This record gives sequence, structure tokens and C-alpha cells, in this order.
Amino acid sequence: METKVAVIGVGQTAYSIQDSLHSANEMVLDAVEFALADASMELGDIDAAVTSCIDLWDGRTASNFYLTEVVGSVMKPETRVAGDGSLAVFHGALSLLSGSYRSVLVVSSCRGSEGDHEAISNWVFDPIYQQPLGLDYLSAAALQADYYMNQFGISPSALAHVVAKNRENGARNPRAMLRTPVSLDEIERSEVRSYPLRAMDVAPVGDGACALVMAREEVIDKRTHRPIWIHGMASALGSHYLGDRVLSEDVALRIAAAKSYEMAGVKDPTEEIDLVELSEHYSYQELMWMESLGLCPAGKGADLLLSGATRIQGKIPVNPSGGLLSGCPYVVAGMARVAECVLQLRGEAGGSQVRYVSRALAHGTWGPCGQAHCVIVLGAHR
Amino acid sequence: MGRSVAIVGTGQTVHRSRRDDVSMMELVREAATSALADAEMRASDIDAVILANMELFEGRALPEMWCAMGAGALYKHTLKIATGGTSGTSGAIAGFHHVASGLFDTAMVIGFEKQSDGQTTAGMALTDPMWDRHVASAAIGNFAVSISQYLAARDVDERHSAMVAVKARRNACNNPCAHLQMPDLTVEDVLASPYLAYPIHRLEMCPTTDGACAVIFACEGKAEKLCSRPAWVRAAVTRHDLPYLGDLKDRLLTMRTLRDAARKAYEIVGIREPIKELDVAEIYEPVTYAELAWYECLGFCKEGDAWRLIEDGLTQMDGVLPVNPSGGVLSTNPIGASGTIRTAEAALQIHGKGGRRQVPDVNLALVTGYGVYSWSDVMILSSSKG
Repeated sequence: METKVAVIGVGQTAYSIQDSLHSANEMVLDAVEFALADASMELGDIDAAVTSCIDLWDGRTASNFYLTEVVGSVMKPETRVAGDGSLAVFHGALSLLSGSYRSVLVVSSCRGSEGDHEAISNWVFDPIYQQPLGLDYLSAAALQADYYMNQFGISPSALAHVVAKNRENGARNPRAMLRTPVSLDEIERSEVRSYPLRAMDVAPVGDGACALVMAREEVIDKRTHRPIWIHGMASALGSHYLGDRVLSEDVALRIAAAKSYEMAGVKDPTEEIDLVELSEHYSYQELMWMESLGLCPAGKGADLLLSGATRIQGKIPVNPSGGLLSGCPYVVAGMARVAECVLQLRGEAGGSQVRYVSRALAHGTWGPCGQAHCVIVLGAHR
Repeated sequence: MGRSVAIVGTGQTVHRSRRDDVSMMELVREAATSALADAEMRASDIDAVILANMELFEGRALPEMWCAMGAGALYKHTLKIATGGTSGTSGAIAGFHHVASGLFDTAMVIGFEKQSDGQTTAGMALTDPMWDRHVASAAIGNFAVSISQYLAARDVDERHSAMVAVKARRNACNNPCAHLQMPDLTVEDVLASPYLAYPIHRLEMCPTTDGACAVIFACEGKAEKLCSRPAWVRAAVTRHDLPYLGDLKDRLLTMRTLRDAARKAYEIVGIREPIKELDVAEIYEPVTYAELAWYECLGFCKEGDAWRLIEDGLTQMDGVLPVNPSGGVLSTNPIGASGTIRTAEAALQIHGKGGRRQVPDVNLALVTGYGVYSWSDVMILSSSKG
């Protein structure tokens, strides 16, 4: 990328299992106002909006429709990526690179509390072969977890350690839905939701919104902005049919990571990435995604975790925010990962702050068993 | 600024009210295969795939996860745009941004909708539960109110509206993909069709259609090699507006999003007299009266003169500015694809591949998209890079 684009404003609501105090618009307004204030900008300074929300999870048709005013797209360009927030960041960045806009407001929101996540996710599966089986995100994830654990001899206790680490981190993050640490014993005794996944292995869906202000370098003012630059970004879609995939491998994530590293000039992620915020919708996924991101060899995610390297004080902290297991709404998850990376790179992550961060990786995933992934590498230096 | 980008290939399915012979993914595949054949490309030549669809209408969630397989999207960057009726044009604009950004040399945009799999009107009516749902939500209710306001303000009578319907369904006869091909349709037939909601007769409204349409974008340097007459994207403008019926006075009449998007697009390309300078227009007219209202918004005529254009035949195939040689949305309406079809049909005219619906010597073509009561997209395609 010859032209550089950066995130110059970040806003997140407090995420909650059910936000009964705000309507969807009010929720988004909060995130947008935080992001604009953070960027010292007003809606009038923004050229275009990119929203990310999904009708079925919001229970509305064209659910971005009601956000028009709060994202400032009255008589201005807006487009909606009906998918994970990481894709909206990707699209926002490339619409800046296209030269069409100089600044964009990127917003993601979800009202997960208003729908039945598992029932809706059954409709993601193709209606001919997979949907009639009753597969949903959870049962498909359970199949993947079981396959992965069998393939590499991963114990349920390793999964519990992922949960314990992330919940411990989440307890320090004021935006997390679940802010209490849990013991390994509590995790391993939580109810089985879909074998081998227990209640605490499953990320809550919830309500919330995240907003980012992104801009081309020519509008970035060094006196007021603290830009965090996009060094690399890529996404890839894997095969839809579970039977077409080796569920313990993640080809799409490997491809997205490789492309993103190439763009960012990262040769060895274990040395050149200081922090990772990834989307573990289920505990085992943190281990799998670390492997596919090249942080350790295949099957060695649990070893890396148990070595302590991925704790906040470790060599390569993973999800210092508490990740999805501490509660970050579906759809918003991927954008919130970017937001958390930005806060870390600025040194504003409060109790979750990692020392010495100059490059961070944000990851989003959507579809059953991590069918598609987006990897964004961000840096404090241009 | 970003790179110049052109459309180098287009492909459509056969559009019908029910395509029981194919699944949603196969529908996508039919359009993708056709566009690749048109551009003489292989699926592996496509760097990114953008889908456009309103999933609630079919009751599917993230349908691209499944359907993108039909577009050869495996292991590629894929995203879905969903902005109501403008999905297809906003998807095309996203495709343009993808290639202009320099990150992708080629991108395929596929709009699709298999309305027979769901209940679109029910899906559309899932509007704001407090303010909108019991008022005039969804397409027919909204237009019934807006058209009544329009009729009160303009010297248009229902015969002008019926003429638009006749033009569309007769033009559709020259388009082998079109859904409603009605060579013998008359103004009297249109006005004799039952009311859906006053003042809209059934034949004045767009149909519900199963169909898909694919458009391939390529960057300068590649586009010239892939296509002898690339359709260069010269302007791509989006405007959204306030959501509620009561927010905007005379929504259909004023449609300030379309006016402003067109003004901006004309300014970018340097167009002063659109009806003279444009060679063809493919506009998103979900209902006959919208086409008349858009004539004014797009600056094809003076305010209040839209009826003259249709009465004098200026927008017919042999008129000064043929509007919707394809038959338009009034003839074919797979919602997520309807805007992509406008884009494809405009590009097709520049490519000179319009067959029986070809307008002679097309150098400058206008595309519009309309969605969610008051959102507009405008694109201008040209045979010259500019």
C-alpha cells in the first residue's frame, strides 16, 4: 500500500448480555460519539460511513436503516457490510485507498439479546444438506472441538485454561460483559452445552456497538490525532460444507494470515507481532486460531497457552481484553478486536495494558467453524 | 486518487418468478459462469468476490457462506453488501472500490435473490416496531402514500404511468433474460389490472423474481486486455437519508438523495445536459410513477414535465435517451440483483453486446439504484477512461 490509512478514533459501548436501557440507535450513537470525540472530529468532518450489522440478528429488515442519522449518513454515502465488523474495517480502509473518501466512520452493532442465536445460525447452513440436520453454530463447533482435540490429544483442561485466562483478563476490562474471574473447577463443572463444549466454553452473544474513525494520511493532524496505522489486511473464505474440510485445520485463516503478513512485511509473526486480539467464539478456537496465525506449530496451541506466553505478561499476549469469552457481541466482535488493538498500541488499555506493543494483530471470523476469517495487522508507526 | 476501473464482463441468469430448477447457490453459479464466459476469464482470474443480497427475504442467514461457493470464491476475500434495493448498485460500487484501492486487480460482484424461497413482503415489513410497522411500511404501502402525494403535485395522469409499464414490458421482449416479457401489453390492460393499493395497479408494480447477475471489474492495464471496449466507471455516488415516512416531505417527489447523487456524478464527469449527453440510462424504477419522478430528479426534464418525456416517446428505444432498454425493474426484480442488473445492462450497452436491445453508439451510460424508501446510488459508465 503506497497510501497509508489509519484508525484515529475509537468508541465502544459497554457490552452487555442484554441492554434494556438503550435502543439500537442509542447504543450506536454512544459508540459513534465516543469515536468522534476521540478523533476530535464531528460528523460533518466524515466523508462516508460503513456499517456492519445483520438483519436476522437485529430482527429488522435493512437494520442499518435506523442508524442513518446516528452514523451521520443523511445525504452522505453509506454502505453496509452484512457481516463481521472486521470486514467493515477492511472495507472502510479500502474505500479510503480507492481515493473515494478521505475519512470514514466504521460502525458495527448487534442486538443479539433480541434473537435466538442458535436458531438463526441454523439458517446459515445450506438448506439442502446441512440445515435439515439441525446443525447450528454451537453443534458444529462441538464437532470441530471434538475433532481437533482428538487429532492432537488436547485435554478438556486445556480448554478450561483458555477460559480462565480470558475471564481473568476480562475482569480488568470495563467493557466486557462478564467481569468476574472463574476457576478451572467452575469452568470444568459448568453445564455441557454440546459435548465437549461447556457453558463457559461458549462466548455470550449480547448487545453493543463499536465505532472507529479511519482516515487517509493527508487528513491526519499530528497535533490532535494519535493514528494507529493499518500495515496489512486480508480475508479469506473457506469451504462451506463441514465434510469438505479437515476440521482441525484452517486453510482459510492460514491464507488470510499469510497475505496480511506479506502486506505488512511480517516474516515471523512470533517475533514481529507483539499482541493478538482474536475472535474465539468458543474456547478451543483460541488454540486453533493461534496455530493458523503461525504463532505456534499445528497442534501446539495448548502448549503455547500452558507455557503462559499468551498471558498479559507473556511474550505474545492473546486477548488481553478478555476476548469473546468475556463477552463481546456477535458481529461487533471483529471490529472490537481492532479497537482493542488500537487502545493497546496507544498505551490506553488500562488494566489490560501490555508492555512494549508496537505491532498488534486483530482477527475476525464468521460462518460455521470459522469458515471465513479476516486478519488485520496494525502498528503504532507509519 | 485510486486507479481507473472498468467493467469487462457481465452475466445474468434467466430471470423467472420461480427458478425451481436451481438452488440459490446454483443461481449464483449460473450468473458467475456467464460473466466469466463473457469476459473469457476463469474463476481463478478473479481476486475478490462481493455478493449483494437481502437475506431476510429468503429467511437465510449469511447466505454468502454457502452461495459464494457457486462464484468460485473459495479461499478468496468475500463480503456481502446488503442495503435493501440499492444492494446491487452498492455492491457494484464496493467492487469498484475494491479494484480502485489497488488491493485487488479484479473483482466479481454478484447480486442475487431467490424470492420464491421466502416471503419478501413479510420480510420488508419487519420495520421499526414502534413507529413504522403499522403505518405504511414495505414497498406497496410506502409507494401508495408517496404516489398519492406525487399525483396531487404533478399534472401526471394514470395513462402516463401505464405508458411506462408498457415501455418496460415491451423492451423486455428484446432481453432474453427478462422476467415479464409482454409484447402485446396496452395502456388499457395496465389500468384494467387490479389495484394492489390505490393508486397502484398490479401491472404498475415490479414483480418478484428469482435471479442473479454478475459483473466483473478490472483495473486499468488489465481491463484493456480483457475487453475490447471496457466500460469505465467514471462516477460512483451514494446518498442515504432519514428513515421515517414523516421525516421527509413528499418523499417520492423530491427524492433529494437521487437529485444530489446525480448532480454530483454529472459534476464529476462534466455533464451539463444529461438528456442530450447520456446515450442510455438504466434506472431502478420499482413502480411506474418512480420512473416519472426520477426523470425530474435526474435532470432529464424540467420540474413537472416528466409526463411529456413518456408521452413524446423520448425515453423509448428510438428516443433521444432510451431509458431501460432491458425492461428495467418493472420487468425483472430479483431485489439484491436488481441494481447489479442495471450496472450490467449499462456496461453491456457500452460493450456493444446488447443484441436486440442494443442502443447504437453508446459512450456514456447512467445507472441508478434505489432502496429502503429514500436511498440512492448513481454510477456513470463511459467508453473512455476520462
